[in-house]
Amino acid sequence: MELTVISGKGGTGKTTIAMALSELAKDVVKADCDVDAPNLYLFYKGRDIKKEYFYGGKKAVIDKKFCTDCKECEKVCQFDAIKDGIVNPFKCEGCGACTLVCPQKAVRLKEEKTADVYITQTNKGIISRAQMEVGSEGSGKLITQLRSNARKFSDENILIIIDGSPGIGCPVISSITGSDAVLIVTEPTQSGLEDFVRVMELCRHFGVLTFACINKYDINDKMAGEIGGFCRENDVYVIGKIPYDDTVMKSINELKPIVHYEGSKANQAIRKMWDNIQEYINRINQ
Amino acid sequence: MNIAILSGKGGTGKTTVSTNLSTIIGANYIDCDVEEPNGFIFLNPSQIKREEVQVDYPVVDSNRCTLCGDCAKVCQFHALVRTKKDIMLFEKLCHGCHACEIVCKQGALTFEKREIGIIEEGRYGNLICRRGILNVGEPMAVPVIKKLLKNFPTGINLIDCAPGTSCNVVNSLQYADSAILVTEPSVFGFHDLKMAVQLVRNFHLPFGVIINKYNAEDDRVQKYCEKEDINILGAIPYRREAAEAYSSGKMIVELPEYKEIFEEIAKRLREVFPWN
Repeated sequence: MELTVISGKGGTGKTTIAMALSELAKDVVKADCDVDAPNLYLFYKGRDIKKEYFYGGKKAVIDKKFCTDCKECEKVCQFDAIKDGIVNPFKCEGCGACTLVCPQKAVRLKEEKTADVYITQTNKGIISRAQMEVGSEGSGKLITQLRSNARKFSDENILIIIDGSPGIGCPVISSITGSDAVLIVTEPTQSGLEDFVRVMELCRHFGVLTFACINKYDINDKMAGEIGGFCRENDVYVIGKIPYDDTVMKSINELKPIVHYEGSKANQAIRKMWDNIQEYINRINQ
Repeated sequence: MNIAILSGKGGTGKTTVSTNLSTIIGANYIDCDVEEPNGFIFLNPSQIKREEVQVDYPVVDSNRCTLCGDCAKVCQFHALVRTKKDIMLFEKLCHGCHACEIVCKQGALTFEKREIGIIEEGRYGNLICRRGILNVGEPMAVPVIKKLLKNFPTGINLIDCAPGTSCNVVNSLQYADSAILVTEPSVFGFHDLKMAVQLVRNFHLPFGVIINKYNAEDDRVQKYCEKEDINILGAIPYRREAAEAYSSGKMIVELPEYKEIFEEIAKRLREVFPWN
């Protein structure tokens, strides 16, 4: 069973909630798929039991020894990545068109390391995670790798919780396709609603079972009502509503999951949401 | 002068800073966070013009194709697959590089266009506001960002980037002369700020930091900036009124206290990145 937590908009509390749910689930494997801004692992002291290089793409390399400056490569490049015989690695998409037209065979593609991939053993189980090279591309493939690493440490009785990334692009698509359920965390703001609508459409597009969670629902009751109404119209179950709680910021800065703060309102609401999620998981498994 | 606004982490206030600052300094606003473009909610520009963003995709002429499979072999993105009876295209994986066309000996491949998003341009007073919107279900945002940044309006432009430090942000930074990093004083914000700093340093861009949701008790960002010799352009305190204004899509400079803060930031900005 794989549950992916995503958000549409950044900063809505995805990681806080993914982590809280992982704490509440007994046996769980975590995958930090917000590879751009991986924050989940910060909460756990652990040991990296495996580290691998991830090659997410290729880049063109020109061997100056053979280059006659004929500019055929520049002409064919659709990405304006070659100028005066120099490849701009940030623009090159590694398609290899330049290698095909070079009469001197001076251009070749070189594999690019785009991330370090880790499996970290913590006292609270396995985390599958990555550290992307700053400015790298190809995070969709990387996420597929992280999910597959997580699966190696789980079986049908062990839940995998995936902390996804914001947005609707390739990392998010790679995080949700084939997942058993998606929990969208949203907040009651105008921008939260707009981004929620888009990411919900995305989940629908890929036909994934989708739940919603309205975080900080009480900062704008009217907006929270609008999101709730939108969910009802679209048959998305609001599985949790979590009140604004200063303890959440405290928990982040103390690097202690929110479920360990007894008096916290957010903690209580998340526990209730977990009960609801479990009920669904049980129903699916029956 | 193009100033990129980035953050490492989502939800730190990139859009709040970009939209409010653009009205204070009189800069055009360009929303490059094409997966979740939120700036227009606040600026609400008028006289919107729309333009499609299209990408190329190959079409195989089955009368000419001999099923040699060279096109599928050369495709680095696995967008083309040879089956027993035809060449299959996974159009969303296609980068439109034309490598398949180059290797096809039969001349069986031609290219057509399909829409993956739109660009919108409107006006907020004298300011030009532009944004790209990626269609839902499309994985690649870069072509939308590239088209959006192809021509800049004259004057100062604030580029509201996507969160993170990956290809979407890199493509926006290609066109920037300087950068503002927005962060928040939390363990998460700080962790991701360091990644953003590394990115702008790779690009050798002059940059400064704005601390949003500023909290006097937490000085980890200030200490770090001091040690790294990074300019702090300003600090925006958290207030419930500001959060409420944001949540209902209002500009926070409508609140006098915040207007003053943004004017201070604008002043500091001119000291750090002078422009005419």
